[in-house]
Amino acid sequence: MCLAVPMKIIELKENSSGVCELESIHYDVDLSLIETTKLDDYVIVHAGFAIEKLDIAEANERLRLFAELAETYHDADNT
Amino acid sequence: MKYIDGFRNHLAAKSITGDIRELAAELLRQNRESRIMEVCGSHTMSIARYGIRQILPGNVRLISGPGCPVCVTDAAYIDAAIELAEKGIQIATFGDMLKVPGSSKTLADARGSGGQVHVCYSPLDAVKLAERNPDNEIVFLGIGFETTVPPVISIIRKAKAENLENISLLTAFKLVPPALEALAEDKDVAVNGFLLPAHVSAIIGADAYRSFVDKYKIPSVIAGFEPLDILLGIKELLEQLAGGRAELVNQYARVVKKQGNRIALNLIHELLEPADASWRGIGTIPGSGLALREEFSDFDASKKFHISTEGGEPDPRCRCGDVLRGIIFPDECPLFGNVCTPLLPVGPCMVSSEGSCAAYYKYSR
Amino acid sequence: MNNIKRILLGHGGGGKLSRDLIDREIVTRFGTDGPLVGLPDGALLQVGEETLVFSTDNFVVNPLEFPGGDIGKLAVHGTVNDISVTGGVPRWLSLALIIEEGLEISVLQRILDSVKEAAEEIGVQIVTGDTKVVARGQCDKLFINTAGIGRKIPELNTGVHRIEQGDIVITSGTLGDHGMAIMAARENLTLNNDLRSDTGSVYRLVEAAAKWGNRIKFMRDPTRGGIAAVLGEIVENSSFGIILKEEKIPYNPDARAVAEVLGIDLMHVACEGRMLLICAPEIAEKIIKTWRTFPEGADAGIIGEVTDDIGRVILETQIGGRRMVDIPQGELLPRIC
Repeated sequence: MCLAVPMKIIELKENSSGVCELESIHYDVDLSLIETTKLDDYVIVHAGFAIEKLDIAEANERLRLFAELAETYHDADNT
Repeated sequence: MKYIDGFRNHLAAKSITGDIRELAAELLRQNRESRIMEVCGSHTMSIARYGIRQILPGNVRLISGPGCPVCVTDAAYIDAAIELAEKGIQIATFGDMLKVPGSSKTLADARGSGGQVHVCYSPLDAVKLAERNPDNEIVFLGIGFETTVPPVISIIRKAKAENLENISLLTAFKLVPPALEALAEDKDVAVNGFLLPAHVSAIIGADAYRSFVDKYKIPSVIAGFEPLDILLGIKELLEQLAGGRAELVNQYARVVKKQGNRIALNLIHELLEPADASWRGIGTIPGSGLALREEFSDFDASKKFHISTEGGEPDPRCRCGDVLRGIIFPDECPLFGNVCTPLLPVGPCMVSSEGSCAAYYKYSR
Repeated sequence: MNNIKRILLGHGGGGKLSRDLIDREIVTRFGTDGPLVGLPDGALLQVGEETLVFSTDNFVVNPLEFPGGDIGKLAVHGTVNDISVTGGVPRWLSLALIIEEGLEISVLQRILDSVKEAAEEIGVQIVTGDTKVVARGQCDKLFINTAGIGRKIPELNTGVHRIEQGDIVITSGTLGDHGMAIMAARENLTLNNDLRSDTGSVYRLVEAAAKWGNRIKFMRDPTRGGIAAVLGEIVENSSFGIILKEEKIPYNPDARAVAEVLGIDLMHVACEGRMLLICAPEIAEKIIKTWRTFPEGADAGIIGEVTDDIGRVILETQIGGRRMVDIPQGELLPRIC
């Protein structure tokens, strides 16, 4: 349950809504469930609503971990 | 799609799978089997989509629990929605519900016979429908877990702001923590690890599971839905099992906070109150549902149209309950693949594309 | 299928329901012998010394005009492509219109201009047709049927029966663009028009491949039901299976983005300007190289091969797992779960 996708906020509108972007596609997203959002924040979008912010530092940390695992595996594979 | 693709890296997956194999071998030496239940349909779907079962060792079993809100919707609820459609009321629903069988028909059948059933990506599409059709009644089918509840009930906030009186919700919301309790209490369910939902947890917060883990001492990990998230979650559960620990670990900290989403939780609290709920195939779990508070009765379709969503007779041959509780695997159900198929499903596990049996049918046969 | 008493929307979805309908109602009546056997995209007809290819298609789309094209373009490309993948050079088309009362003339004009432009670009001639108008509500703005005749390319001899283990599966480009563009436009899901339909003709790719003659085993354009439908159908009752490598399948990032949001599998989604080709292994790279010189073949690539896993289409997933690819079961629905 809960198909949700990370998107970047590219425009803030009134009544707590905004425009978000994934690749070059733009979506109307309701932001009323999130505190203080600003441009370039990433949010997790479910059924047209942002349900939480994506913590970029944490996300990048995870990506870094996975990239490292990939590299060590690749090296081990090649030795 | 950096924050999606980065979590699907092939080599990283191989690395983690290697670790999983080592841990599984260790468990084998201890003569133990890991039985991990994922309680979220999105996990079931992801595991099936990426073929994760195929790369796990034999003594690591993934069991799909009742985390599919479509699966656990009572037949009577579908019957009620169909009845409303047949009365000329416009039904707005998420696509997932269209092919769920009630006692005898689906909403797709009702649409085929002339009922007005609109598929929506977002609940706000239903509000637009109500704005465009002031002379018609619109009912939105409010099914879902804690992730979907705040978006759906936002319909009420919007409707009030615009003085719309022609829209209401037929609700069948369910809560995950009470279901986890019921599973842990159930003697037939033999699970020694939980993969906890990503986005339900984003709403309710990691702390919502603390007392559950403390009481039942079952290793539990909150994991995202991407394949690397899942593999890492499985690895953590194996480590805990091998080491004799039982802790709650939040591996989806990039989204899930300890206290959850306050605004969403407040909205839920403002409009809804806990209620008993009937889980198709399992039965009633006390306090596992949410009902609209009295002051919002105008937006409660069951009250507005005097229609009940309880009762209804599921097919007596249906073993979905046993599948949902992880007691049998889909292919151990006598109806699987012959009488019950995605094209002609008997029970909800085969209907929803994320239902245990549908996912199994599509990906594992 | 026994309990189903009325036609469902899914019967037109190109998936299993559609197949069942056609098997039970059409094949039983018309397809037991003659050109219709095996339901090829086009019929092969012998006229004296010549072989002609004959094909027809109905075009029903909402909205009529969408990013990347319109129903007029679809109507030309669709039939041209059916003729092409059957191994013919398309020459003549019929154009039949069913118009709903109340349709704006300016819309009709734009669509017809589109038909003209597409036909001229390809070099096919509109030679006959019909126009009907029905009362408001009796059709959804505009339905088009085109039927086409082409001349068979003698060097090409394709069909499911020619496929052998070890053969290579190739796509001419990214998959699922059309279906996603339509869904996004129809649901008013997206605010910009970057996701465009891939509607276009593939006849130049077929002509370019013709020089490899008998080493081209099979061709089809993946319309409704996507590549899952095409490949799922050809392995049924056959002596082979197919394995696809997810990492190799080309997808437009924007189409992927919309598919992720709606929870849709792009392998189930229609294309209207793409083709799949199965060939002998030694010429696969050569075909790719040739195709990539055409704009419509810019993203051509090998996506899999033919195996001895009889009757199954398997996907080797991005992370090294494996799963089956099933023929889609009816209409595509967005999901939130």
